[in-house]
Amino acid sequence: MKILLRNPRREIEVSGPCTVASLLHRLELNPESVLVIVGDELVTRDARLDDSASVEIRPVISGGAS
Amino acid sequence: MIDIKRHNAGFCRDHFLVHCREQVRRAIHDHKMVEPGDRIVVAVSGGKDSLALWDLLVGLEYDVDGLYLGLGIGEYSGESVQFARKYASARGLKLHEVDLQDDLGFTVPGAASVTHRSPCGACGLSKRHVFNTFARDHGYDVVATGHNLDDEAAVLLGNVLRWETGYLGRQHPVLPSAPGFVRKVKPLVRLGEREMAAYCVLQGIDYQVEECPMAEGNRHLGYKEVLNALEERSPGSKASFLFGFLERAHAQFATVAVEEREGLSACIECGSPTTSEICAFCRLRERASGVSLGEGR
Ligand code: SF4
Repeated sequence: MKILLRNPRREIEVSGPCTVASLLHRLELNPESVLVIVGDELVTRDARLDDSASVEIRPVISGGAS
Repeated sequence: MIDIKRHNAGFCRDHFLVHCREQVRRAIHDHKMVEPGDRIVVAVSGGKDSLALWDLLVGLEYDVDGLYLGLGIGEYSGESVQFARKYASARGLKLHEVDLQDDLGFTVPGAASVTHRSPCGACGLSKRHVFNTFARDHGYDVVATGHNLDDEAAVLLGNVLRWETGYLGRQHPVLPSAPGFVRKVKPLVRLGEREMAAYCVLQGIDYQVEECPMAEGNRHLGYKEVLNALEERSPGSKASFLFGFLERAHAQFATVAVEEREGLSACIECGSPTTSEICAFCRLRERASGVSLGEGR
């Protein structure tokens, strides 16, 4: 699977298939702090991703306290 | 589909959009944020929260324009204004722009290095000042900001850890108007930041995903991480922490904030309420821009 990560923008390869939950676990990401997007669609933790999927993991936490 | 653990629910696109609108409508109603006929200006950064807020307020048929403040943070600011402009022009909405460098003679990184403040401290002071004075001088009744449930819970955690009683008294979804102050409201207080990012994706709102370079390593991000770790173990923790405070503890601190507000007088430079002769923003501006107070008057 091709995984697009942001902040900074970069791409990594991860072997599939797997569920969204296990992918986030492998990447040590808290599901509460990201959205997982396949194509134009948001996917939930239990969705299965096949090996040819292109997945964006988008962080949702913004920084400044103002 | 999006799953929101604290509601123990998964939403399809249409129901999720209704959910967001309903949470904003409820926040506005419960906290009496807007009165009939009010003109609202949204503080727009080009990020997910402020653009989602603008979109939601337009959807709820409020009289609302946007105000973008250029912070002078290199490429980040150069890109963020494009997102704000693109959103506004595609929908025929009015976006005002103020630029710290062009209009006030300094940038956030410049001010931070000259004054030895943190960049976020200089930024926050500038935003509060510019949004308030712009609204006051252009006939807006309300300034709406995109602070969401996660922002407010993180600020609350920081305030509690240091027992900042004045800040605790002021931490509320509505700060009423007072002489020199326009009413400030936070209509996204019932929605988390993951929900706001999802709202933008589902509404096709293109926003700046890349983070401000000044945010790295700041305390606020650390508080959010801690709260998200708690939330993952125990969904609903952030909401019960924040709403429990607002319902059961805020009133204990509110008098401190009222007393602080009552002791303010007008800044001799800009007229904004302040505890001293010259407000903190004008002092920051003088040091950061190198223009002596009085010269710009
Ligand atoms: S991270 Fe700090 S400096 Fe950057 S926009 Fe947010 S408050 Fe301003």
